Amino acid sequence: MKILVPVKRVIDYNVKPRVKADGTGVDLANVKMSMNPFDEIAVEEAIRIKEAGKAEEIVAVSIGPTKAQETLRTALAMGADRAILVETDEEVEPLAVAKILKAIADEEQPGLVLLGKQSISDDSNQTGQMLAALMGRPQGTFANTVAVDGDSVEVKREVDGGLETVKLTLPAIVTTDLRLNEPRYASLPNIMKAKKKPLDSKTPADFGVDVAPRLTTTNVAEPPVRQAGEKVADVDALVEKIKALGIA
Amino acid sequence: MNTLVLVEHDNSSVNDATLAVVTAAGKLGEVTALVAGHNCGAVADGAAQIAGVSKVLKADDAAYANGLAENVAPLVAGLMDSYDAFLAPATTSGKNIAPRVAAHLDVMQISDILSVEGGKTFTRPIYAGNAIATVESADPKLVITVRGTAFEKAETTGGSASIEDASGPGDAGISSFVSAEIADGGDRPELASAGVIVSGGRALKDGETFESVITPLADKLGAAIGASRAAVDAGYVPNDYQVGQTGKIVAPEVYIAIGISGAIQHLAGMKDSKVIIAINKDEDAPIFQVADIGLVADLFNAVPELTQKLG
Repeated sequence: MKILVPVKRVIDYNVKPRVKADGTGVDLANVKMSMNPFDEIAVEEAIRIKEAGKAEEIVAVSIGPTKAQETLRTALAMGADRAILVETDEEVEPLAVAKILKAIADEEQPGLVLLGKQSISDDSNQTGQMLAALMGRPQGTFANTVAVDGDSVEVKREVDGGLETVKLTLPAIVTTDLRLNEPRYASLPNIMKAKKKPLDSKTPADFGVDVAPRLTTTNVAEPPVRQAGEKVADVDALVEKIKALGIA
Repeated sequence: MNTLVLVEHDNSSVNDATLAVVTAAGKLGEVTALVAGHNCGAVADGAAQIAGVSKVLKADDAAYANGLAENVAPLVAGLMDSYDAFLAPATTSGKNIAPRVAAHLDVMQISDILSVEGGKTFTRPIYAGNAIATVESADPKLVITVRGTAFEKAETTGGSASIEDASGPGDAGISSFVSAEIADGGDRPELASAGVIVSGGRALKDGETFESVITPLADKLGAAIGASRAAVDAGYVPNDYQVGQTGKIVAPEVYIAIGISGAIQHLAGMKDSKVIIAINKDEDAPIFQVADIGLVADLFNAVPELTQKLG
């Protein structure tokens, strides 16, 4: 079985995003960029499935600017076998990303597509589900545990009330939640080796996908600022405050 | 505009998350509520009474019993010939189904809306709530998920909608429900709809300490219990306690943060609470920048004392 792992280059999760003064977006100039954390978990899970002898090859894909090569090299250093960069400087919306991934899946015929449940940039949480719909295949979103068994996969999902397990017929699409695993760090020798692994470059046009946006962002603003209140001196003062709120 | 709202339910009653979606849909036009389930007549009856719902569609089929997206999405997509917008709650269930519907319709979904600014214009949070984007759709139909805390809940009574049967392709035959482990909180209110939440962070040391410090205070206030991601990652409490961008987004009347420093991740999940109370021994903790009432103290002394004095 082959596993396809789409990864996205996003602002590093430790960086606090700054909204541009002119309201056109978030300032990404000179900001540290990294692999989307949920996608890192997807790469790790793919490697573990391969290490368990249930997959032969892991193909990482990224859709983005030339620099997304770095993100793909990270995936390769972690343990992916080869990579495909679909190069574009446009912001590609989840629907168009899903269409490109569908075209790649048609060529590669993966048994499993593993990707993050959402990117920490636009927080859409759509790509995996859309890809599943376009491929006409089942989806296991917000995965907590993934167990491949023959021609099916059981996915334990993190849902609002707790956990839910579904059984999907392969090929299937699985999106990762935070607690699925803890991604490994790439070792130095593996980082060196990753430089020699194959990385193909394509464009959206190669797949005949129109990436023109359907949504126009007319403004990006800071969220309303909440003012700090007062500090109370001791527990007695806090008790008074809580009683005044009428909840005790 | 004709809107179709996905009713979230457990085949016996309407989940509260639906009510905010009805309010959001009402800002766009007439509201039809879709109940897809199995033996879900009581849910349809409940949905018909929600104020603002003018019609209920009931799709009663074993294939829809567990809300599998592979089965529900084609049903919705088929019904959308008669509607201009599909709205679902931004719950794990809504997030699972709506993008699949959007792809079937070749529409770009608008996730997690905070407000309706016009017929095709909405605001939504990006970058974990660090920025609010205003977006306008150019698609012929809308597919939307709604953040429950951003809209008033529609009244559960006062409506008298008619109920019609609907049907779709049924079981797609590619997925099946195996089991669910849903936490039983007993008498404790659900995190997503609680009026008061007591939340604990990493400072609580371990699961036993978390329980012995947080639970008595929550009991006294009739509150739900939440936790920061740090406390969940450290294994003090299960994941469904997690409040934050990657957990639950809550907005209770009163949110009490105990031993929580206030990482961006956590603030994104609770900063719309009406009143925030923070207890933390670090006076520079970021949580105090958003707290209405703060107490700088060692929680291991302060919380038991508070619990006792509230008695």
